[in-house]
Amino acid sequence: MTRIDVREAITQAHHEEWARVVASLTRRFGDLDIAEEAAAEAFATAVQRWPADGVPPNPGAWLTTTANRQAIDRIRRENKRDDKHRKAQMSYDDPPEPLGVIDDDRLRLIFTCCHPALAMETRVALTLRMVAGLTMPEIARAFLVAESAMGQRITRAKAKIKAARIPYRVPSAEDLPARVSGVLAVLYLVFNEGYLATSPGTDPLRPELTAEAIRLTRLIRALLPDDGEVAGLLALMLLIEARRPARISAGGELVSLDQQDRGTWDAALIAEGHRLVRERLAAAAAGVAPGRYQILAAINAVHTSARDMRDTDWSQVLALYDQLVRLDPSPIIALNRAIAVAELDGPEVALAAVDRLEPRLARYHAYHATRADLLRRLGRGRESRAAYDKAIDLAGNTAETASLTRRRDQLR
Amino acid sequence: MQYLISVIHDQAGLATPEEDAAIDVFNERLQAEGHWVFAGGLASPSAATVIDNRGEDAMLTDGPFLESKEYLAGFWIIEAPDLDVALKLAAEGSKHCNRKVEVRPFL
Repeated sequence: MTRIDVREAITQAHHEEWARVVASLTRRFGDLDIAEEAAAEAFATAVQRWPADGVPPNPGAWLTTTANRQAIDRIRRENKRDDKHRKAQMSYDDPPEPLGVIDDDRLRLIFTCCHPALAMETRVALTLRMVAGLTMPEIARAFLVAESAMGQRITRAKAKIKAARIPYRVPSAEDLPARVSGVLAVLYLVFNEGYLATSPGTDPLRPELTAEAIRLTRLIRALLPDDGEVAGLLALMLLIEARRPARISAGGELVSLDQQDRGTWDAALIAEGHRLVRERLAAAAAGVAPGRYQILAAINAVHTSARDMRDTDWSQVLALYDQLVRLDPSPIIALNRAIAVAELDGPEVALAAVDRLEPRLARYHAYHATRADLLRRLGRGRESRAAYDKAIDLAGNTAETASLTRRRDQLR
Repeated sequence: MQYLISVIHDQAGLATPEEDAAIDVFNERLQAEGHWVFAGGLASPSAATVIDNRGEDAMLTDGPFLESKEYLAGFWIIEAPDLDVALKLAAEGSKHCNRKVEVRPFL
């Protein structure tokens, strides 16, 4: 086996086994800190040993055994130092699991990391560390936080989980939908940061984050195959990710949907996304009301089914937005709905709808960018330019700023 | 595992008779379900006295240790197996006493 093969085997084991190793150690030792450290040591040992000894036939079992040994060593060392040190243990394993809930340590780990008693940014950091296996520097870079600050955030979170006894458990059937939606919110946030980075300090698109979000959502889909919103979010991510090759121009500008070269879209991702959307449509036809991710996925399925902008079934898009607005009255949804309105009823009707959102979206760059585009289409150049200026002021993404600037300058 | 549920309020005045009655109902439930340890309402912060006896003489200061708009109006100490149970009970408590609450674990 070559050095490269071994490195690939380690990377693959890291992707496939990290969460499983951390999760099984957390259950066994009741302590996230010990589990994380021992898992990290086990992978470090693999990096040292596998090139010389060869990749073990069952890497997952090897890693779990090695990590277990590391954890026991650490506990022995600490017990010698202080017998009372580990009296606070996480509680876990309430018998018996509720019906229909799959019992998997990784699922417990995910629900613990995404617990609603933790701040959203903490949930994101903890999930990326414990479940996705990203290193502290990687997570710090991803969110432009100093490494020490990110380290502290994760350390404090682990301390709270332990001191407050956040349980290591899959929530009861009654709490499950709300808790799953909390987990999905974490994954969607990671995905969105990768889809359109919010800061000028990073690349405009960050495929490593979208890939990580998709990988984690696939894992949750495997663990909760009957959850419609999990399927919906996965479909949504796949259908958006499929368009990534067309989203940045050679000149580094963000390319809007109507200008994208649809031939470069990823057909395999689209096919998979469409399959999931069809699965959820069948469920909806059988009377299961779809949630917001399923509706968003359906909207993206309409876009990815069209040959171009004009071929898009806008009345279908608008009907889906109407359904979404009833579920989620957020002004951002209303803004996106107005874009569909522009295609069906013209820019004037759409502009009236957009203007009504001003009190709530005045600080949101996409609000001004949408207004600017509509004003341009209406031939109101001066107002359009002013709206582009505001959008450029508020936008953080470099590729988006470049595209807005060019559109503004074309008005001259 | 024990948790302190602090009742936080930002207006003068004690609980209304309706709120008191709702709190009684909740307390009975805590007792019946084995979560009850202790609970009590507190007089207004203006009735507090701070004492510092780390030096030679005990220093007395009139008023609460922290002047703030929000103050501790009362508390529960409950027994719960984990934070999920404690949070559920605290949510019920908040509803019954009609105030915001904070959940904090004992060491």
